[in-house]
Amino acid sequence: MLQQTGRIGRGPSFSGSNMEPMLQGCMVLDYTGRMGWLAGRLLADLGAEVTKFEAQGADVSSADWRALNVNKRLVRVDPADPDGRRALDQYAATADILIATPATADEADLYDYARLSAVNKRLIVVAITPFGLTGPKTGWQATDIEIMAAGGAMALAGEPDGAPLRVSATQSYAWAGSQAAVGALMALAARWRTGRGQRVVVSAQSAVITALSHAPTFVDMLGITPTRAGAYMTGRSVTGAKYRVFWPCRDGYINFIVYGGAAGRRTNEQLVAWMRERGFDLGPLGDIDWARFTPTRASQAEVDSMELPIGRFIGSLTKREFLEEAHRREMLGYPVSNTADIAADPQLEARGFWQDLPGPDGTERHCGCFVVVDGVRPPLVRPADDTGKIRRQARET
Amino acid sequence: MNAGVLALDGVKIVEFGGYAAGPHVGKMLANFGATVVHVESMSRPDGFRMQYPPYKDDKPGINSGGCFTYFNDSKYGVTIDLKNPEGRKLARKLADWCDIVIENMRPGVIDRLGLGFEELRKSNPGLIMLSTCNMGQTGPRADTPGFGSQLSALAGFCGLTGAKDGPPMLLYGPYIDYVASTLGATAVLAALERRQRTGNGAYLDVSQYECGLLFLAGSLLEYHTSGKIAERAENDDPDAAPHGTYACLGEGWIALSCWSSEEFARLCGAIDRADLGRDPALATLAGRKAAAARINDALNAWTRDREAHEAARMLQAAGVHTHAVNSVADLFTDPQLIARRQWSRRRHPVIGDQAYCAPAFELSETPGDVTASGPVLGADNERVFRDFLGMSEDEFNAVRAQGATD
Repeated sequence: MLQQTGRIGRGPSFSGSNMEPMLQGCMVLDYTGRMGWLAGRLLADLGAEVTKFEAQGADVSSADWRALNVNKRLVRVDPADPDGRRALDQYAATADILIATPATADEADLYDYARLSAVNKRLIVVAITPFGLTGPKTGWQATDIEIMAAGGAMALAGEPDGAPLRVSATQSYAWAGSQAAVGALMALAARWRTGRGQRVVVSAQSAVITALSHAPTFVDMLGITPTRAGAYMTGRSVTGAKYRVFWPCRDGYINFIVYGGAAGRRTNEQLVAWMRERGFDLGPLGDIDWARFTPTRASQAEVDSMELPIGRFIGSLTKREFLEEAHRREMLGYPVSNTADIAADPQLEARGFWQDLPGPDGTERHCGCFVVVDGVRPPLVRPADDTGKIRRQARET
Repeated sequence: MNAGVLALDGVKIVEFGGYAAGPHVGKMLANFGATVVHVESMSRPDGFRMQYPPYKDDKPGINSGGCFTYFNDSKYGVTIDLKNPEGRKLARKLADWCDIVIENMRPGVIDRLGLGFEELRKSNPGLIMLSTCNMGQTGPRADTPGFGSQLSALAGFCGLTGAKDGPPMLLYGPYIDYVASTLGATAVLAALERRQRTGNGAYLDVSQYECGLLFLAGSLLEYHTSGKIAERAENDDPDAAPHGTYACLGEGWIALSCWSSEEFARLCGAIDRADLGRDPALATLAGRKAAAARINDALNAWTRDREAHEAARMLQAAGVHTHAVNSVADLFTDPQLIARRQWSRRRHPVIGDQAYCAPAFELSETPGDVTASGPVLGADNERVFRDFLGMSEDEFNAVRAQGATD
């Protein structure tokens, strides 16, 4: 039984045709490898009918596969086989969008836009590769770590004098997949104007640049190359002082920064009030006029003397305590959550973010659709690997 | 090619809000032809204008900030005082004119300004509205103020970055904001698709927190299914060895990974250590992981005398997954990014030439483009209010005299 989602958000009460899924009737063929899985997942969550193709015997049991291919129909066919290629062309004749991650010359030919547009001129063909389909590095091999390196993200993560780091859960594929979803829908919008499909080429390297915020502007405008900052915030004080960002607490870490400005003032005042209520030694914090405090002028010695009592106080708290009380006091700062903390967050529960679907060993709890539409979170309507479920059900009966 | 046809030709967007999360959605859509109007006020300009460097010649100024312009290229900029009743009327006219409103204020603020979705759709029934904020519009912590840099910690990213026995690490800037803006753009485009079919609008409630979790969906499903908590693991990967970064000549680094014993043998050959490639103890993933120190010593000995980009070219030629760890400066000289025209230089009246980021995807028939620099504050008041809204000169002068555009 699929989980029913009720109305949870603000917004109007829509009825009739307006309640139909936003991408209702949009047929998507998903021939992607790991780099593209999120693209089809996002389109499926927005209401598209997404069919995921996997070769017979391809493993669909990993958490990543299941999490990112839920809500899609699974068809077992290998497009490299003659039968699979025929099937591809048949599906393509009536589809709206085809997404692929061509990694070889044969695959590039198989998913070639000119070839497929001859089958269906309205088809949108999305190709996701590490570097795009043209340019000197088109043939370069790259997985998540190399793409994060190529896109500049690793140069900005890690200790300043240590190794560049990636996020330990793959991110570049998510950047590429989500940009592919934007590109596919952009082409869909264009089709209303041109009547034709087109080719969309996504460079994962370029997609990662999205994650760098405005770091490139420092190079461009001032010739300054931003570098990784480790666990501290630098560049906020004219004295060169660095501010702690991650503070050990009883069960992990808290992300807290001594900010200036209006929000910083409230946060700092509330922190001191909270410490005072708990009977903590305030040290120099008790004498600071937060209305006049500006972090841009503090020396390292002053920062260190402020951070000593803050560290002792935060060290006495749990992550959940900080999260709840900081919210109540309208303070800036969040715990450094792990997946267990996130799974137990009442905010997500209240918004109906998680969705339970049948899985191989009972119920699987998935991230739901990322957007609440007209007050309702669009439900996930298809379990991951539903053909497997059908097979199991057939065996059981 | 459809010369001159743009994917979003004729789509009109108004942005209320600032910083990254809302305006970056508008930038993505503006790059493909949408007409995007960014609303600020003289007394409350976009926070990215004055709170975040860099500035032209390192001198802060309301129109000299590159952070603001970087996320607002190809848009029109207007000023409306939303605390002024006449200003709110002007904002309402803009909202009636447009197809899409994007706002990233704290929940409830846009309603209190009289510009909430329920109100706006009375006179613009096909309106699409995207509200994006930290936690979403509902829930016990909906009103939480916050910056994306800290939200990235709550959503798990910082905890998954760093050495297992060390502290979490920062990601640059408000990482999660760009996840949410990218996903927010898909939601807006999907709503546009439905509107084309049905004529109906949509209200889109985006929680930046929830968007971020889609980027960790596998790790979260793993926890829900097995109870296993994902942990930071420096640069290790369970399915590849070696898998990491290696210091090169000067300040450069390369990232590389081997996903099979064959690839490892190719790597060993390329670094003149064919002996390692022949060692049966290193022929399996488990064997290579157990001998990580020995392999890393060999790799470091080879990389430390080589320039990173040259080392990467050599290893790629040998069939090994490799790339130099591009510094942010390298992104302007990387031949691949040059080939795909990653940066578009546009002239700004105060900043001068500035490099703007091109889309991460290319459309063959209706390509995107950076059409203009980010606007100076209030640059397009007359153009937008007179030409777009059709106000007469007298009407425009009257609302201006009443302080509506302050």
